[in-house]
Amino acid sequence: MFPPIQNPTTEAVPPKFGEADLLRRSASTITPPAERQTEVAKLIDVSKCIGCKACQSACLEWNELVEEVGINTGVYDNPHDLTPNTWTLMRFTEFENTETGNLEWLIRKDGCMHCEDPGCLKACPAPGAIVQYTNGIVDFVHENCIGCGYCVKGCPFNIPRISKVDHKAYKCSLCVDRVAVGQGPACAKACPTQAIVFGTKEEMKQYAATRIEDLKSRGYANAGLYDPPGVGGTHVMYVLHHNDRPEIYAGLANNPRISPMVEAWKGLTKYAGLTAIGAFAAFGFLHHLVSGANRVSSADEEAAKRLAEGERT
Amino acid sequence: MTTHSEVAKGDSVHRGNPVTVDRYSAAARVNHWITAISLVLLALSGLALFHPSLYFLTGLFGGGALARIIHPFIGVVLLLSFLGLFFRFWKLNLWERTDNVWLGRLKDVLTKNDEKLPEVGKYNAGQKMVFWSMSLIIVILAASGVVIWQQFFSEYFTVDQQRVAVLIHAIVAIVAICVWIVHVYAAIWVRGTIGAMTRGRVTGGWAWRHHRRWLRELVSDKSKGKPKGVTPAE
Ligand code: HEM
Ligand code: SF4
Repeated sequence: MFPPIQNPTTEAVPPKFGEADLLRRSASTITPPAERQTEVAKLIDVSKCIGCKACQSACLEWNELVEEVGINTGVYDNPHDLTPNTWTLMRFTEFENTETGNLEWLIRKDGCMHCEDPGCLKACPAPGAIVQYTNGIVDFVHENCIGCGYCVKGCPFNIPRISKVDHKAYKCSLCVDRVAVGQGPACAKACPTQAIVFGTKEEMKQYAATRIEDLKSRGYANAGLYDPPGVGGTHVMYVLHHNDRPEIYAGLANNPRISPMVEAWKGLTKYAGLTAIGAFAAFGFLHHLVSGANRVSSADEEAAKRLAEGERT
Repeated sequence: MTTHSEVAKGDSVHRGNPVTVDRYSAAARVNHWITAISLVLLALSGLALFHPSLYFLTGLFGGGALARIIHPFIGVVLLLSFLGLFFRFWKLNLWERTDNVWLGRLKDVLTKNDEKLPEVGKYNAGQKMVFWSMSLIIVILAASGVVIWQQFFSEYFTVDQQRVAVLIHAIVAIVAICVWIVHVYAAIWVRGTIGAMTRGRVTGGWAWRHHRRWLRELVSDKSKGKPKGVTPAE
Protein backbone atom coordinates (compact mmCIF):
# COMPACT_ATOMS: atom_id res chain seq x y z
CA MET A 1 0.00 0.00 0.00
CA PHE A 2 2.79 2.41 0.79
CA PRO A 3 5.56 2.27 -1.75
CA PRO A 4 8.84 3.60 -0.34
CA ILE A 5 8.89 7.39 -0.46
CA GLN A 6 11.22 8.53 -3.23
CA ASN A 7 14.49 10.06 -2.18
CA PRO A 8 14.37 13.82 -2.47
CA THR A 9 15.97 15.66 -5.35
CA THR A 10 19.28 17.27 -4.62
CA GLU A 11 17.85 20.55 -5.84
CA ALA A 12 16.79 23.04 -3.19
CA VAL A 13 13.04 22.83 -2.73
CA PRO A 14 11.12 25.75 -1.28
CA PRO A 15 9.34 24.75 1.94
CA LYS A 16 5.64 24.02 1.56
CA PHE A 17 4.70 25.82 4.75
CA GLY A 18 6.22 28.30 7.15
CA GLU A 19 5.52 31.33 9.31
CA ALA A 20 2.42 32.18 7.27
CA ASP A 21 0.83 28.83 8.12
CA LEU A 22 0.66 29.07 11.90
CA LEU A 23 -2.53 27.97 13.58
CA ARG A 24 -1.28 28.81 17.05
CA ARG A 25 1.78 30.52 18.48
CA SER A 26 2.55 30.30 22.21
CA ALA A 27 1.88 33.44 24.29
CA SER A 28 0.84 35.33 21.17
CA THR A 29 -2.38 36.35 19.51
CA ILE A 30 -2.28 35.54 15.83
CA THR A 31 -4.81 35.34 13.06
CA PRO A 32 -4.49 31.95 11.41
CA PRO A 33 -4.57 31.96 7.61
CA ALA A 34 -8.01 31.65 6.04
CA GLU A 35 -7.11 28.34 4.51
CA ARG A 36 -5.69 25.44 6.47
CA GLN A 37 -3.09 23.15 4.96
CA THR A 38 -4.15 19.55 4.62
CA GLU A 39 -3.74 17.95 8.02
CA VAL A 40 -0.98 15.39 8.16
CA ALA A 41 -0.60 12.46 10.51
CA LYS A 42 1.78 9.71 11.45
CA LEU A 43 0.13 6.38 12.02
CA ILE A 44 1.86 3.87 14.28
CA ASP A 45 0.49 0.39 13.90
CA VAL A 46 1.54 -1.22 17.16
CA SER A 47 0.49 -4.63 15.90
CA LYS A 48 3.09 -4.49 13.14
CA CYS A 49 6.01 -3.23 15.24
CA ILE A 50 8.84 -5.71 15.77
CA GLY A 51 10.71 -3.55 18.28
CA CYS A 52 13.86 -3.16 16.18
CA LYS A 53 14.32 0.50 17.19
CA ALA A 54 15.28 1.51 13.66
CA CYS A 55 12.98 4.50 14.19
CA GLN A 56 14.90 5.52 17.29
CA SER A 57 18.18 5.36 15.39
CA ALA A 58 16.77 7.24 12.43
CA CYS A 59 15.47 9.95 14.76
CA LEU A 60 18.88 10.40 16.37
CA GLU A 61 20.53 10.39 12.99
CA TRP A 62 18.29 12.86 11.21
CA ASN A 63 18.05 15.26 14.13
CA GLU A 64 21.79 15.02 14.88
CA LEU A 65 21.21 13.86 18.44
CA VAL A 66 23.55 11.73 20.51
CA GLU A 67 22.25 9.68 23.40
CA GLU A 68 24.45 8.69 26.31
CA VAL A 69 25.42 5.06 26.65
CA GLY A 70 23.04 3.73 29.27
CA ILE A 71 22.76 0.85 31.70
CA ASN A 72 20.92 -2.41 31.06
CA THR A 73 18.51 -3.09 33.88
CA GLY A 74 17.02 -6.17 32.28
CA VAL A 75 14.39 -4.53 30.10
CA TYR A 76 14.45 -3.73 26.42
CA ASP A 77 13.61 -0.05 26.85
CA ASN A 78 16.73 1.82 25.91
CA PRO A 79 17.16 4.49 27.16
CA HIS A 80 14.72 4.07 30.03
CA ASP A 81 12.78 7.20 29.31
CA LEU A 82 12.44 9.98 26.79
CA THR A 83 15.29 12.45 27.14
CA PRO A 84 16.23 15.76 25.53
CA ASN A 85 17.98 13.64 22.89
CA THR A 86 15.62 10.70 22.65
CA TRP A 87 12.52 12.15 21.07
CA THR A 88 11.01 8.78 20.40
CA LEU A 89 11.27 5.65 22.49
CA MET A 90 10.13 2.06 22.10
CA ARG A 91 8.34 1.07 25.28
CA PHE A 92 8.03 -2.67 25.82
CA THR A 93 5.29 -4.27 27.89
CA GLU A 94 4.77 -7.96 28.62
CA PHE A 95 1.02 -8.31 28.79
CA GLU A 96 -0.66 -11.49 30.00
CA ASN A 97 -3.97 -11.65 28.25
CA THR A 98 -6.23 -13.48 30.69
CA GLU A 99 -8.91 -13.98 28.04
CA THR A 100 -6.70 -15.90 25.66
CA GLY A 101 -4.01 -17.08 28.03
CA ASN A 102 -1.43 -15.59 25.67
CA LEU A 103 1.60 -13.54 26.61
CA GLU A 104 1.55 -10.52 24.34
CA TRP A 105 4.58 -8.38 23.78
CA LEU A 106 3.25 -4.86 23.37
CA ILE A 107 5.68 -2.44 21.85
CA ARG A 108 4.67 1.19 21.66
CA LYS A 109 6.67 3.92 20.03
CA ASP A 110 6.32 6.81 22.46
CA GLY A 111 6.81 10.44 21.53
CA CYS A 112 4.94 13.66 20.90
CA MET A 113 1.38 13.10 19.69
CA HIS A 114 1.10 16.49 17.96
CA CYS A 115 -2.21 17.24 19.63
CA GLU A 116 -4.80 19.33 17.82
CA ASP A 117 -5.23 21.16 21.15
CA PRO A 118 -1.67 21.12 22.51
CA GLY A 119 -1.33 21.54 26.26
CA CYS A 120 2.37 22.36 25.92
CA LEU A 121 1.57 25.36 23.77
CA LYS A 122 -1.22 26.49 26.05
CA ALA A 123 1.11 26.46 29.06
CA CYS A 124 4.09 28.10 27.34
CA PRO A 125 4.79 31.68 28.55
CA ALA A 126 7.41 32.54 25.91
CA PRO A 127 6.07 34.10 22.70
CA GLY A 128 6.75 31.85 19.74
CA ALA A 129 8.62 29.12 21.64
CA ILE A 130 5.95 26.62 20.60
CA VAL A 131 4.11 26.86 17.30
CA GLN A 132 1.43 24.80 15.64
CA TYR A 133 1.22 24.74 11.88
CA THR A 134 -2.11 24.51 10.13
CA ASN A 135 -1.18 20.99 9.00
CA GLY A 136 -1.17 19.96 12.67
CA ILE A 137 2.55 19.79 13.43
CA VAL A 138 3.50 21.16 16.87
CA ASP A 139 7.07 22.39 16.92
CA PHE A 140 9.35 23.82 19.61
CA VAL A 141 11.32 26.86 18.47
CA HIS A 142 14.45 26.68 20.56
CA GLU A 143 15.70 30.22 20.16
CA ASN A 144 12.53 31.43 21.86
CA CYS A 145 12.52 28.80 24.62
CA ILE A 146 13.38 30.07 28.11
CA GLY A 147 13.55 26.68 29.84
CA CYS A 148 10.81 27.22 32.43
CA GLY A 149 9.37 23.70 32.07
CA TYR A 150 5.78 24.89 31.76
CA CYS A 151 5.28 22.71 28.64
CA VAL A 152 6.01 19.67 30.80
CA LYS A 153 3.11 20.65 33.06
CA GLY A 154 0.85 21.36 30.10
CA CYS A 155 1.42 18.11 28.21
CA PRO A 156 -1.08 15.32 28.97
CA PHE A 157 1.33 12.72 27.55
CA ASN A 158 4.44 13.61 29.57
CA ILE A 159 6.55 14.25 26.49
CA PRO A 160 8.74 17.37 26.64
CA ARG A 161 12.14 17.06 28.31
CA ILE A 162 14.33 19.94 29.46
CA SER A 163 18.01 19.71 28.58
CA LYS A 164 20.49 19.89 31.44
CA VAL A 165 22.95 21.35 28.95
CA ASP A 166 21.20 24.31 27.32
CA HIS A 167 18.05 24.29 29.52
CA LYS A 168 15.66 24.23 26.61
CA ALA A 169 12.72 21.93 25.93
CA TYR A 170 12.98 19.12 23.38
CA LYS A 171 10.56 16.71 21.77
CA CYS A 172 9.65 15.12 18.43
CA SER A 173 9.18 17.72 15.70
CA LEU A 174 7.41 15.25 13.39
CA CYS A 175 10.46 16.01 11.24
CA VAL A 176 8.92 19.35 10.35
CA ASP A 177 11.96 20.12 8.23
CA ARG A 178 11.49 16.97 6.16
CA VAL A 179 7.72 17.31 5.87
CA ALA A 180 8.16 20.89 4.65
CA VAL A 181 9.97 19.61 1.57
CA GLY A 182 7.63 16.73 0.88
CA GLN A 183 9.39 13.98 2.80
CA GLY A 184 7.97 11.81 5.56
CA PRO A 185 9.44 11.67 9.07
CA ALA A 186 12.77 9.88 9.44
CA CYS A 187 11.27 7.19 11.69
CA ALA A 188 8.61 6.32 9.11
CA LYS A 189 11.23 6.10 6.41
CA ALA A 190 13.39 3.76 8.46
CA CYS A 191 10.65 1.40 9.65
CA PRO A 192 11.23 -2.00 7.98
CA THR A 193 7.68 -3.27 8.52
CA GLN A 194 5.83 -0.06 7.69
CA ALA A 195 4.44 -0.08 11.19
CA ILE A 196 5.00 3.69 10.95
CA VAL A 197 3.41 5.40 7.99
CA PHE A 198 2.86 9.03 7.21
CA GLY A 199 0.39 10.94 5.06
CA THR A 200 -2.65 13.13 5.31
CA LYS A 201 -4.76 12.58 8.41
CA GLU A 202 -7.68 11.41 6.26
CA GLU A 203 -5.53 8.88 4.41
CA MET A 204 -4.13 7.60 7.66
CA LYS A 205 -7.60 7.14 9.15
CA GLN A 206 -8.74 5.24 6.09
CA TYR A 207 -5.66 3.05 6.11
CA ALA A 208 -6.06 2.45 9.85
CA ALA A 209 -9.61 1.27 9.22
CA THR A 210 -8.30 -1.51 6.96
CA ARG A 211 -5.75 -2.50 9.59
CA ILE A 212 -8.40 -2.55 12.31
CA GLU A 213 -10.66 -4.70 10.16
CA ASP A 214 -7.79 -7.11 9.65
CA LEU A 215 -7.03 -7.24 13.38
CA LYS A 216 -10.68 -7.82 14.23
CA SER A 217 -10.78 -10.71 11.78
CA ARG A 218 -7.87 -12.21 13.70
CA GLY A 219 -9.71 -12.14 17.01
CA TYR A 220 -8.78 -8.70 18.35
CA ALA A 221 -12.36 -7.62 18.88
CA ASN A 222 -11.35 -4.35 20.54
CA ALA A 223 -8.83 -3.27 17.94
CA GLY A 224 -9.18 0.40 17.16
CA LEU A 225 -7.68 3.75 16.30
CA TYR A 226 -6.19 5.89 19.07
CA ASP A 227 -6.99 9.47 18.10
CA PRO A 228 -8.09 10.84 21.47
CA PRO A 229 -10.91 13.42 21.22
CA GLY A 230 -10.03 14.93 24.62
CA VAL A 231 -7.16 16.81 22.98
CA GLY A 232 -9.06 17.42 19.75
CA GLY A 233 -7.47 14.38 18.12
CA THR A 234 -3.78 13.96 17.43
CA HIS A 235 -1.48 14.04 14.44
CA VAL A 236 0.29 10.94 15.64
CA MET A 237 -2.17 8.08 15.95
CA TYR A 238 -1.90 4.47 17.01
CA VAL A 239 -3.57 1.34 15.79
CA LEU A 240 -3.99 -0.66 19.00
CA HIS A 241 -5.13 -4.27 19.28
CA HIS A 242 -6.66 -3.40 22.64
CA ASN A 243 -8.02 0.06 22.03
CA ASP A 244 -10.37 -0.36 25.00
CA ARG A 245 -7.37 -0.40 27.33
CA PRO A 246 -4.68 1.99 26.01
CA GLU A 247 -3.07 2.11 29.47
CA ILE A 248 -1.68 -1.43 29.07
CA TYR A 249 0.66 -0.04 26.40
CA ALA A 250 3.21 1.26 28.91
CA GLY A 251 0.70 3.65 30.41
CA LEU A 252 -0.66 5.29 27.28
CA ALA A 253 -3.19 7.85 28.54
CA ASN A 254 -6.78 6.66 28.54
CA ASN A 255 -8.92 9.58 27.42
CA PRO A 256 -6.21 12.24 27.82
CA ARG A 257 -7.04 15.90 28.16
CA ILE A 258 -5.26 19.00 29.29
CA SER A 259 -5.28 18.90 33.10
CA PRO A 260 -8.04 21.03 34.66
CA MET A 261 -5.29 22.45 36.84
CA VAL A 262 -3.54 23.77 33.75
CA GLU A 263 -6.82 25.05 32.31
CA ALA A 264 -7.50 26.96 35.54
CA TRP A 265 -3.96 28.32 35.66
CA LYS A 266 -3.94 29.49 32.07
CA GLY A 267 -7.61 30.51 31.98
CA LEU A 268 -9.42 32.00 34.93
CA THR A 269 -6.32 32.74 37.02
CA LYS A 270 -4.77 34.89 34.32
CA TYR A 271 -7.78 37.09 33.75
CA ALA A 272 -9.00 37.22 37.35
CA GLY A 273 -5.41 37.89 38.46
CA LEU A 274 -4.82 40.89 36.24
CA THR A 275 -8.29 42.21 37.06
CA ALA A 276 -7.60 41.94 40.81
CA ILE A 277 -4.29 43.78 40.51
CA GLY A 278 -5.93 46.45 38.39
CA ALA A 279 -8.81 46.79 40.85
CA PHE A 280 -6.52 47.25 43.85
CA ALA A 281 -4.43 49.83 42.04
CA ALA A 282 -7.53 51.65 40.82
CA PHE A 283 -9.03 51.66 44.32
CA GLY A 284 -5.89 53.28 45.69
CA PHE A 285 -5.84 55.86 42.95
CA LEU A 286 -9.51 56.76 43.34
CA HIS A 287 -9.36 56.77 47.12
CA HIS A 288 -6.52 59.24 47.04
CA LEU A 289 -8.37 61.36 44.53
CA VAL A 290 -11.50 61.47 46.66
CA SER A 291 -10.12 61.63 50.18
CA GLY A 292 -6.82 63.38 49.62
CA ALA A 293 -3.70 62.66 51.64
CA ASN A 294 -3.97 61.86 55.32
CA ARG A 295 -1.76 64.65 56.66
CA VAL A 296 -0.46 65.28 60.13
CA SER A 297 -1.89 68.60 61.36
CA SER A 298 -0.07 71.25 63.31
CA ALA A 299 -2.45 70.45 66.16
CA ASP A 300 -1.06 66.89 66.13
CA GLU A 301 2.49 68.24 66.34
CA GLU A 302 1.48 70.56 69.18
CA ALA A 303 -0.15 67.72 71.06
CA ALA A 304 2.95 65.58 70.66
CA LYS A 305 5.08 68.43 71.90
CA ARG A 306 2.96 68.93 74.98
CA LEU A 307 3.10 65.21 75.68
CA ALA A 308 6.87 65.06 75.26
CA GLU A 309 7.35 68.16 77.41
CA GLY A 310 5.48 66.34 80.13
CA GLU A 311 2.24 68.30 80.14
CA ARG A 312 -0.81 66.19 80.63
CA THR A 313 -3.18 66.24 77.73
CA MET B 1 -5.65 48.05 79.59
CA THR B 2 -2.71 46.65 77.75
CA THR B 3 -0.05 45.16 79.92
CA HIS B 4 2.60 44.38 77.35
CA SER B 5 4.95 46.95 75.86
CA GLU B 6 4.24 48.52 72.50
CA VAL B 7 7.81 49.74 72.27
CA ALA B 8 10.60 48.05 70.35
CA LYS B 9 14.28 48.28 71.15
CA GLY B 10 15.69 51.52 69.83
CA ASP B 11 12.39 53.41 69.69
CA SER B 12 12.74 56.76 71.37
CA VAL B 13 11.36 60.30 71.46
CA HIS B 14 13.43 63.44 70.92
CA ARG B 15 12.16 66.81 72.07
CA GLY B 16 12.35 69.60 69.54
CA ASN B 17 10.35 71.37 66.96
CA PRO B 18 8.82 69.20 65.81
CA VAL B 19 9.24 66.33 68.21
CA THR B 20 10.84 63.41 66.41
CA VAL B 21 10.49 59.73 67.18
CA ASP B 22 12.95 56.99 66.23
CA ARG B 23 10.92 54.14 64.74
CA TYR B 24 13.31 51.85 62.87
CA SER B 25 16.99 51.10 63.41
CA ALA B 26 19.38 51.18 60.46
CA ALA B 27 19.55 47.39 60.48
CA ALA B 28 15.76 47.09 60.35
CA ARG B 29 15.62 49.54 57.46
CA VAL B 30 18.29 47.73 55.45
CA ASN B 31 16.45 44.48 56.14
CA HIS B 32 13.20 46.05 54.99
CA TRP B 33 14.63 47.42 51.74
CA ILE B 34 16.30 44.14 50.79
CA THR B 35 12.90 42.52 51.26
CA ALA B 36 11.11 45.25 49.35
CA ILE B 37 13.48 45.21 46.39
CA SER B 38 13.39 41.41 46.22
CA LEU B 39 9.61 41.41 46.28
CA VAL B 40 9.36 43.98 43.49
CA LEU B 41 11.88 42.11 41.34
CA LEU B 42 10.02 38.85 41.99
CA ALA B 43 6.72 40.42 41.06
CA LEU B 44 8.16 41.87 37.85
CA SER B 45 9.94 38.71 36.73
CA GLY B 46 6.98 36.55 37.76
CA LEU B 47 4.37 38.71 36.05
CA ALA B 48 6.46 38.56 32.89
CA LEU B 49 5.76 34.84 32.72
CA PHE B 50 2.25 35.14 34.10
CA HIS B 51 0.70 36.90 31.14
CA PRO B 52 1.89 37.33 27.55
CA SER B 53 1.04 41.03 27.62
CA LEU B 54 3.65 41.45 30.36
CA TYR B 55 6.36 39.33 28.75
CA PHE B 56 8.21 42.53 27.80
CA LEU B 57 9.14 42.81 31.50
CA THR B 58 11.71 40.07 30.88
CA GLY B 59 13.68 42.86 29.17
CA LEU B 60 14.46 44.25 32.64
CA PHE B 61 16.31 41.05 33.44
CA GLY B 62 18.12 40.60 30.15
CA GLY B 63 15.62 38.33 28.42
CA GLY B 64 13.21 35.51 29.10
CA ALA B 65 15.75 32.86 30.03
CA LEU B 66 17.54 35.17 32.48
CA ALA B 67 14.28 36.26 34.07
CA ARG B 68 13.34 32.60 34.48
CA ILE B 69 16.73 31.77 35.99
CA ILE B 70 16.99 34.71 38.35
CA HIS B 71 13.44 34.68 39.74
CA PRO B 72 13.76 31.71 42.11
CA PHE B 73 17.15 32.86 43.37
CA ILE B 74 15.66 36.24 44.30
CA GLY B 75 12.95 34.17 45.95
CA VAL B 76 15.54 32.64 48.24
CA VAL B 77 16.86 36.11 49.11
CA LEU B 78 13.31 37.25 49.83
CA LEU B 79 12.58 34.29 52.06
CA LEU B 80 15.73 34.76 54.14
CA SER B 81 15.33 38.51 54.30
CA PHE B 82 11.66 38.29 55.27
CA LEU B 83 12.59 35.82 57.99
CA GLY B 84 14.73 38.61 59.45
CA LEU B 85 11.80 41.03 59.35
CA PHE B 86 9.54 38.42 60.83
CA PHE B 87 11.66 37.96 63.92
CA ARG B 88 12.09 41.70 64.31
CA PHE B 89 8.42 42.55 64.06
CA TRP B 90 6.26 39.58 65.02
CA LYS B 91 5.78 40.44 68.64
CA LEU B 92 4.30 43.89 68.17
CA ASN B 93 2.10 42.49 65.42
CA LEU B 94 0.26 40.10 67.73
CA TRP B 95 -3.46 40.63 67.43
CA GLU B 96 -5.32 42.43 70.21
CA ARG B 97 -8.94 43.13 71.01
CA THR B 98 -8.61 46.82 70.07
CA ASP B 99 -7.55 45.73 66.59
CA ASN B 100 -11.05 44.42 66.03
CA VAL B 101 -12.45 47.77 67.09
CA TRP B 102 -10.12 49.57 64.70
CA LEU B 103 -11.05 47.21 61.90
CA GLY B 104 -14.74 47.65 62.63
CA ARG B 105 -14.28 51.36 62.01
CA LEU B 106 -12.52 50.91 58.70
CA LYS B 107 -14.86 53.50 57.24
CA ASP B 108 -13.48 56.08 59.65
CA VAL B 109 -9.97 54.99 58.73
CA LEU B 110 -10.63 55.57 55.07
CA THR B 111 -12.41 58.86 55.63
CA LYS B 112 -9.62 60.21 57.85
CA ASN B 113 -11.77 60.35 60.99
CA ASP B 114 -8.70 59.34 62.97
CA GLU B 115 -10.06 60.78 66.22
CA LYS B 116 -12.86 58.20 66.17
CA LEU B 117 -10.39 55.32 66.21
CA PRO B 118 -9.02 53.64 69.33
CA GLU B 119 -5.48 54.64 70.25
CA VAL B 120 -3.06 52.44 68.36
CA GLY B 121 0.22 50.93 69.50
CA LYS B 122 3.23 50.55 67.22
CA TYR B 123 1.09 48.87 64.57
CA ASN B 124 -2.54 49.27 63.61
CA ALA B 125 -4.77 46.39 62.56
CA GLY B 126 -4.16 47.08 58.87
CA GLN B 127 -0.42 46.91 59.28
CA LYS B 128 -0.78 43.73 61.29
CA MET B 129 -2.87 42.14 58.58
CA VAL B 130 -0.28 43.05 55.97
CA PHE B 131 2.39 41.55 58.21
CA TRP B 132 0.63 38.24 58.82
CA SER B 133 -0.69 37.80 55.32
CA MET B 134 2.76 38.46 53.87
CA SER B 135 4.26 35.95 56.30
CA LEU B 136 1.86 33.28 55.14
CA ILE B 137 2.09 34.28 51.48
CA ILE B 138 5.86 34.15 51.37
CA VAL B 139 5.98 30.72 52.95
CA ILE B 140 3.45 29.41 50.41
CA LEU B 141 5.26 31.05 47.50
CA ALA B 142 8.59 29.64 48.60
CA ALA B 143 7.21 26.14 49.04
CA SER B 144 5.30 26.09 45.76
CA GLY B 145 8.19 27.86 44.03
CA VAL B 146 10.59 25.07 44.91
CA VAL B 147 8.22 22.48 43.43
CA ILE B 148 8.20 24.31 40.07
CA TRP B 149 11.93 25.14 40.12
CA GLN B 150 12.58 23.07 37.02
CA GLN B 151 16.33 23.29 36.91
CA PHE B 152 17.04 21.83 40.32
CA PHE B 153 13.95 20.21 41.72
CA SER B 154 11.91 18.80 38.84
CA GLU B 155 13.14 15.26 39.58
CA TYR B 156 11.72 15.33 43.08
CA PHE B 157 8.11 16.06 42.18
CA THR B 158 5.57 14.44 39.90
CA VAL B 159 4.14 16.45 37.05
CA ASP B 160 0.77 16.47 38.81
CA GLN B 161 2.33 17.95 41.93
CA GLN B 162 4.00 20.57 39.76
CA ARG B 163 0.65 21.44 38.17
CA VAL B 164 -0.90 22.05 41.58
CA ALA B 165 2.14 24.03 42.69
CA VAL B 166 2.22 26.31 39.67
CA LEU B 167 -1.49 27.09 40.06
CA ILE B 168 -1.03 27.88 43.76
CA HIS B 169 2.08 29.92 43.04
CA ALA B 170 0.31 32.01 40.41
CA ILE B 171 -2.78 32.65 42.55
CA VAL B 172 -0.85 33.43 45.73
CA ALA B 173 1.54 35.68 43.81
CA ILE B 174 -1.45 37.73 42.69
CA VAL B 175 -2.62 37.97 46.30
CA ALA B 176 0.92 39.00 47.30
CA ILE B 177 0.92 41.78 44.73
CA CYS B 178 -2.50 43.01 45.93
CA VAL B 179 -1.31 43.04 49.55
CA TRP B 180 1.80 44.87 48.39
CA ILE B 181 -0.36 47.51 46.68
CA VAL B 182 -2.30 48.03 49.93
CA HIS B 183 0.96 48.29 51.87
CA VAL B 184 2.57 50.80 49.53
CA TYR B 185 -0.62 52.80 49.12
CA ALA B 186 -1.04 53.11 52.88
CA ALA B 187 2.53 54.33 53.22
CA ILE B 188 1.95 56.98 50.55
CA TRP B 189 -1.52 58.04 51.63
CA VAL B 190 -0.61 58.46 55.28
CA ARG B 191 1.86 61.29 54.81
CA GLY B 192 4.97 61.20 56.93
CA THR B 193 5.13 57.40 56.97
CA ILE B 194 7.83 56.81 54.39
CA GLY B 195 10.39 58.64 56.50
CA ALA B 196 10.06 55.81 59.02
CA MET B 197 11.71 53.46 56.53
CA THR B 198 14.08 55.95 54.93
CA ARG B 199 15.47 58.07 57.76
CA GLY B 200 14.13 55.77 60.45
CA ARG B 201 12.23 58.64 62.07
CA VAL B 202 8.75 60.07 62.17
CA THR B 203 7.49 63.29 63.67
CA GLY B 204 5.82 63.40 67.04
CA GLY B 205 2.66 64.63 65.35
CA TRP B 206 2.59 61.56 63.12
CA ALA B 207 3.00 59.30 66.12
CA TRP B 208 0.34 61.22 68.02
CA ARG B 209 -2.11 61.01 65.15
CA HIS B 210 -1.61 57.40 64.13
CA HIS B 211 0.14 55.49 66.95
CA ARG B 212 -0.74 57.39 70.10
CA ARG B 213 -0.46 54.47 72.48
CA TRP B 214 3.05 53.83 71.23
CA LEU B 215 3.99 57.49 71.69
CA ARG B 216 2.48 57.65 75.16
CA GLU B 217 4.43 54.61 76.27
CA LEU B 218 7.65 56.02 74.87
CA VAL B 219 7.14 59.27 76.74
CA SER B 220 6.11 57.62 80.01
CA ASP B 221 9.03 55.15 79.83
CA LYS B 222 11.26 58.18 79.95
CA SER B 223 9.51 59.68 82.94
CA LYS B 224 9.93 56.33 84.73
CA GLY B 225 13.63 56.60 83.98
CA LYS B 226 13.87 53.66 81.59
CA PRO B 227 16.70 53.88 79.07
CA LYS B 228 14.43 54.37 76.10
CA GLY B 229 12.33 57.49 76.09
CA VAL B 230 12.67 61.19 75.76
CA THR B 231 16.06 62.72 75.11
CA PRO B 232 16.75 66.32 74.16
CA ALA B 233 17.04 66.88 70.43
CA GLU B 234 20.62 66.86 69.31
C1 HEM C 1 9.86 32.91 47.74
C2 HEM C 1 10.44 32.17 46.89
C3 HEM C 1 10.02 31.99 45.44
C4 HEM C 1 10.45 30.98 44.64
C5 HEM C 1 11.43 29.86 45.03
C6 HEM C 1 9.81 31.14 43.36
C7 HEM C 1 9.98 30.29 42.27
C8 HEM C 1 9.32 30.41 41.06
C9 HEM C 1 9.55 29.57 39.92
C10 HEM C 1 10.57 28.43 39.87
C11 HEM C 1 8.73 29.99 38.93
C12 HEM C 1 8.64 29.42 37.52
C13 HEM C 1 9.41 30.31 36.60
C14 HEM C 1 10.91 30.23 36.86
O1 HEM C 1 11.47 29.13 36.83
O2 HEM C 1 11.48 31.30 37.09
C15 HEM C 1 7.95 31.08 39.43
C16 HEM C 1 6.97 31.76 38.73
C17 HEM C 1 6.29 32.87 39.22
N1 HEM C 1 6.51 33.51 40.42
FE1 HEM C 1 7.74 32.87 41.88
N2 HEM C 1 9.01 32.25 43.38
C18 HEM C 1 9.12 32.81 44.64
C19 HEM C 1 8.49 33.98 45.08
C20 HEM C 1 7.62 34.75 44.33
C21 HEM C 1 7.02 36.02 44.76
C22 HEM C 1 7.26 36.68 46.09
C23 HEM C 1 6.22 36.44 43.74
C24 HEM C 1 5.34 37.67 43.60
C25 HEM C 1 5.34 38.70 44.31
C26 HEM C 1 6.30 35.44 42.70
C27 HEM C 1 5.60 35.52 41.52
C28 HEM C 1 5.64 34.59 40.51
C29 HEM C 1 4.81 34.62 39.35
C30 HEM C 1 3.70 35.66 39.05
C31 HEM C 1 5.21 33.55 38.55
C32 HEM C 1 4.62 33.17 37.19
C33 HEM C 1 3.50 32.19 37.41
C34 HEM C 1 2.86 31.89 36.10
O3 HEM C 1 3.57 31.72 35.11
O4 HEM C 1 1.64 31.84 36.06
N3 HEM C 1 7.17 34.44 43.07
N4 HEM C 1 8.33 31.33 40.74
S1 SF4 D 1 1.96 15.36 23.11
FE1 SF4 D 1 2.59 16.89 24.61
S2 SF4 D 1 4.34 17.91 23.66
FE2 SF4 D 1 3.23 16.81 22.00
S3 SF4 D 1 1.79 18.36 21.18
FE3 SF4 D 1 0.66 17.19 22.75
S4 SF4 D 1 0.96 18.48 24.57
FE4 SF4 D 1 2.53 19.14 23.13
